[in-house]
Amino acid sequence: MNSNTHLVTMNNVVKHFDISGGLLDQLTLKGGKPVFEKTTVKAVNNVSLFVNPGETLSVVGESGCGKSTLARVIMGLYPPNSGQILYRGARIDNLSHGDWMPFRKKMQMIFQDPYASLNPRKTVRQTLEEPLRFHNPKMTTAEIADKIADVMEQVGVDPAWIARYPHEFSGGQRQRISIARGLILDPEFIVADEPVSALDVSIQAQILNLLMDLRDKRNLTYLFITHDLSVVHHISTRVAVLYLGTLCELSSAKDLFYDPRHPYTRALLSAIPKVGEQKAKHIKLKGEVPTPVNLPSGCVFHGRCVYADDRCAREVPVLQELPNGSFVACHGVEEGRAMP
Amino acid sequence: MSHLLEVKDMEVKFALRFGDITAIDGVSFSLDKGERLGLVGESGAGKSVTGFSIINLISKPGYIARGSIWFDGKRISDYSDTKMRRIRGNRIAMIFQDPMMTLNPVFTIGFQMVETLRAHQSISKARARKIALEKLKKVQIPSPEERLDQYPHELSGGMRQRIIIAISLLADPAIIIADEPTTALDVTIQAEIMDLLQELCETENMGLILITHDLGVVSQVTEKIAVMYAGKIIEYGPTADVVHAPVHPYTEGLIGSLPGAIAPGEELKQIQGMMPNLTSIPQGCAFNPRCHLCQDICTTKVPILEDKGNGIMAACHMK
Repeated sequence: MNSNTHLVTMNNVVKHFDISGGLLDQLTLKGGKPVFEKTTVKAVNNVSLFVNPGETLSVVGESGCGKSTLARVIMGLYPPNSGQILYRGARIDNLSHGDWMPFRKKMQMIFQDPYASLNPRKTVRQTLEEPLRFHNPKMTTAEIADKIADVMEQVGVDPAWIARYPHEFSGGQRQRISIARGLILDPEFIVADEPVSALDVSIQAQILNLLMDLRDKRNLTYLFITHDLSVVHHISTRVAVLYLGTLCELSSAKDLFYDPRHPYTRALLSAIPKVGEQKAKHIKLKGEVPTPVNLPSGCVFHGRCVYADDRCAREVPVLQELPNGSFVACHGVEEGRAMP
Repeated sequence: MSHLLEVKDMEVKFALRFGDITAIDGVSFSLDKGERLGLVGESGAGKSVTGFSIINLISKPGYIARGSIWFDGKRISDYSDTKMRRIRGNRIAMIFQDPMMTLNPVFTIGFQMVETLRAHQSISKARARKIALEKLKKVQIPSPEERLDQYPHELSGGMRQRIIIAISLLADPAIIIADEPTTALDVTIQAEIMDLLQELCETENMGLILITHDLGVVSQVTEKIAVMYAGKIIEYGPTADVVHAPVHPYTEGLIGSLPGAIAPGEELKQIQGMMPNLTSIPQGCAFNPRCHLCQDICTTKVPILEDKGNGIMAACHMK
């Protein structure tokens, strides 16, 4: 992969969390002998992907699959255990706080819960002016006021409400303010972590329209984290499907929705209830999602997959490019036995 | 023929310091044996309050101000608390949204199931345990014998919701009211739970009231739908007809605003503004400030729910 044309590149990124606690918690008996054992949550395992400038790459998966961790690793909120993250070809995963600064202006994040992500004791003005003053110390007060009014207008919040506190706004309005905070530094890359999941359907449509509109006007690139596949279908250029911290399938939105290849993707897509369609038979998965503490051997999906065989239980599948340009990590697809 | 459950012109109010606010305003609907009804709306529309009111689970400062609820030919809205307890959890059961919150974390599944059964029937513990096991099998839980002695934290979210469904089935109820039963679950689990509920309704001839904000789920599971807005039912009819050809502009907007209603990448149809606060519901039709069809009459006269043809009832002056 040529990392120079990509906006963001992740190479073999791994993120594990140590949850073993204190020394005494780590103490276990093995064969009659006390040993210290660490417990780790394997949130992201060896994920490689890239984001092209101007596209919307969606990361989908069920709760606990590591999609939010992935977003936070890219944003530098968690350091990866291993692997590299590049922004326009420059490595950003090992930077010091000071060296991160220029990248922070270009990469911003929007969070899920507009009730939790805005500081309740700050007015809209305070929330929006802090990043401006921090990153542009030379800006005058008048310039800042102009900028804030401009961005508020763009996200559809009346600039007259600048002195109000978050509790005076509805959920949809708050999410607009969070978006304004993300845009105030004129970033090129936005990571949106479930930005519409906490909103009602009619408000969700308003926010999705706003995000698409801003993308076109400001030429933004989105990394969109969500579990809602109908939203994904609507706004994405490409989609990455995660299962237990592992990338299963990466393809264009069109290919993923009309011709899904990985057995997990197919099961996931068949489970979306669609308005006005008679109930289609959805693919039933065996068993339950394993915990990311004890990952299954081989393919992480093999215990629930109807096509799994010995090889799947033994060998970890790697992402392989298919003729249509999608990437799929599945022995079954490769051998042609995982066909519906 | 009378219906299994009939709610007639129910009004629910909450007495607050500055006066009463009306959460449910003249809601009427019915449910027959084995029928599945969906109550849909956005948050604050009053769908959960409607569900709670049916079995009189409205706690102070809320109260049923007007109307009546009939179950099996009896007017249960007049029942005393003791009498109601014989219906609640027994003839009409309820499933709640969050399976993490509805099970008691300090008791085993078996204990909670036996306790529930013995509250309604005078049977031995051994007999109750046998019934519990039978119900666990009915909700397709793997290794049900083991589950009886497990605690809620040992089970996943989907499994817990199955246990809750098994508990609601214990007394062979005639109706299950499910309040957002899958909102806290992942899509693949949601599909399984919905399949299960639908199957149970068919095999046990049970009525289901499904309260949800998810139009997709409603359209696949239910036969009849009631769309609520600001405490009123604004559209009521067969699910297939309503989702294909909605009459009320709000329902139309709601369905149109779903991603998937139009081609990917196109601008979604959106309903401007948001649902009014219950303390300041607009004059006339509550939807009028957001409606693209709004005329003078809409701001003065409250529309009533009436037949608009095709078996769909809607409350709109313009249709």
